[in-house]
Amino acid sequence: MDVKPNGVTAPPSREVDDLLIEVKDLRTYFPIHEGTVRAVDGVSYSIRRGRTLGVVGESGCGKSVTAQSILRIVPPPGKVVSGEIIYHRQRAGSDGRATEEQIDLSKLAPESREIRNIRGNEIAYIFQEPMASLSPVHTMGHQIIETIMLHQRVRKHEARERAIEVLRRVGMVQPDRTIDRYPHQLSGGQRQRAVIALALACRPSLLIADEPTTALDVTTEAQILDLMRELQSEYGMAIQFITHNLGVIAEMADDVVVMYMGRQVEQAPVDDLFFDPRHPYTRALLRSIPKLGRKTGGRLEAIKGMVPDPFSVPKGCAFHPRCPMYRPGVCDEPEWLEVKPRHWVRCSRATELPE
Amino acid sequence: MTLADTKPKNLDVSEGDLLVVRDLRKYFPINRGILQRTVGHVKAVDGVSLSIPEGKTLGLVGESGCGKTTTSRMILRAFDPTGGEILFRDRELGWVNIPDLDKVSMRKIRRNLQMIFQDPFGSLNPRMSLLEIVGEPLLVNGVASGEKLKDRVAHLLRIVGLRAEYMSRYPHAFSGGQRQRIGIARALALQPQLVVCDEPVSALDVSIQAQTLNLLADLQEQFKLTYLFVAHDLSVVEHICDRVAVMYVGKLTEVADTEELFLDPLHPYTEALLAAVPKPNPRLRSKRIVLSGEVANPANPPSGCYFHPRCRYAVERCKIEAPALREVKPNRLVSCHRAEELELQGVPV
Repeated sequence: MDVKPNGVTAPPSREVDDLLIEVKDLRTYFPIHEGTVRAVDGVSYSIRRGRTLGVVGESGCGKSVTAQSILRIVPPPGKVVSGEIIYHRQRAGSDGRATEEQIDLSKLAPESREIRNIRGNEIAYIFQEPMASLSPVHTMGHQIIETIMLHQRVRKHEARERAIEVLRRVGMVQPDRTIDRYPHQLSGGQRQRAVIALALACRPSLLIADEPTTALDVTTEAQILDLMRELQSEYGMAIQFITHNLGVIAEMADDVVVMYMGRQVEQAPVDDLFFDPRHPYTRALLRSIPKLGRKTGGRLEAIKGMVPDPFSVPKGCAFHPRCPMYRPGVCDEPEWLEVKPRHWVRCSRATELPE
Repeated sequence: MTLADTKPKNLDVSEGDLLVVRDLRKYFPINRGILQRTVGHVKAVDGVSLSIPEGKTLGLVGESGCGKTTTSRMILRAFDPTGGEILFRDRELGWVNIPDLDKVSMRKIRRNLQMIFQDPFGSLNPRMSLLEIVGEPLLVNGVASGEKLKDRVAHLLRIVGLRAEYMSRYPHAFSGGQRQRIGIARALALQPQLVVCDEPVSALDVSIQAQTLNLLADLQEQFKLTYLFVAHDLSVVEHICDRVAVMYVGKLTEVADTEELFLDPLHPYTEALLAAVPKPNPRLRSKRIVLSGEVANPANPPSGCYFHPRCRYAVERCKIEAPALREVKPNRLVSCHRAEELELQGVPV
């Protein structure tokens, strides 16, 4: 059984290798009655150790399925049909130096022992709705202790102490009492804290947070975002942050992937994405949100039309029916181009966009 | 009860107002024990006063549990208030006090009070076609039937940007944004005066939010609608509202015109709310004020100012004495003892 070195994650040694996860040309399809839904259709990106990757897109763009593919928890009938998900696992060797092995998660069976040892232990997942990941009939303590004991060789009372410690760490008031509470006895913000505690109990190297603050009030959201940042620097973990809220992305991410209809349309460092977006979709998204402190009183620049239904993905560039830059004959097969260092765009007219 | 009796006694309203709420209260009893004796009250709404001029939009914001939804439901009379007045200037009946109305007059008023719901998936009956959903209010109010009804529904669908041919389809065939348009068409069917929008865009995707907000603004202009806009997304509120009321644990903390409230807040709670909104600008990622703690329990609120345990400017007086909502500048109401002396930060421009 895989046991991580007790408690401590080795500080990421940037010189050795920065990479934690490399997703290469991932395709996850859902063969259903009405046809095949290509939820993820050729996505590639990487997550660096200790950094935050933001994934933005509207509902149905495949951002959650991409993340579920990493942990192999895609709901049936969805299947990873091709591509690689390389997990660079680092461990402190006997001589104290980090050794690295590479595991292709896409090749593991969803029920296999290997992936189960990674799930919740080295890679943790936080869902949007806290109640979806908590059992209503078990106490908080029961659920956190179970996770710790499943993955690490500790006795029950030690696991309980660790659970209290992690609850304290996520800012729970009176953690020694909260641990014996049931989820329904906690408020929404406290539940999300508890879910974070559950996810962090084994000190994962990657935390996938799928819209973790969407169901919360702004003030609670600010508390949770701050907490996640603090814990990230303390634990040195990477975060894949999935959201449709561009404000949250600006607040949290180092790098950003923008998705549309199962594919990436743009990927850039966060500053570039907000100040020099190169894909018409990214530009339109940024323009369509009302900005605080800039009351125009006028109309918002809405993106015309709507996201096409998944059975009839437009040919060529999927965004072309809604795109102001569309030119017939030019936009048939946009390539994934690096327009600047670490700034990639899938648009045939990326270089001609007006400033 | 004759109509004459429904005239409110004390009609002291400004010209142009459509809705005036005065000292509105709703206490829910807490019952315990075998005898279900009332041991206390949850003061969900505790002395709220508001007014909305015709054709304008008032935003009502606050964290969950602050009483904003309870307030809006009382205006629609889904609940009867414990106390207070809700004066409404009906197109036909003139000024009425909604909680005083009997069934017959309430039914007359209801067509002028409509609601747009948050969840476009939960608020449409999946077994009714669009014709039935949008046409139902017209039918039950005897406005139209048969071919005339179809014409009206087709017209309404076109107004909200849907095609008239969709009339025979069912809600499952539509996306979230389209469903919200259906809900709007239904709310507009009887040409209401006041529309209560309860988080109308928070369940929608970013690109669809903008379309829906634009639609609401267009319809307001076209039909002279008055909106009570209940929401927690402050950037949306800033965009669409003329005036904003902030609520905290059943009470109003600040009421001001939108721009003033956002650029120059006078209540520490407003400042904290504004600071908490994630701004779509990575260069503003700065040290912001994060409000600690949670919303006070309305069944057992703190002494003095309800906000004092979370307030970074609280002084001894705030713990003892509850501040009243007072006009500190023309047209600006705030309930804070220290409103004049504090220099609070608004939204960075």
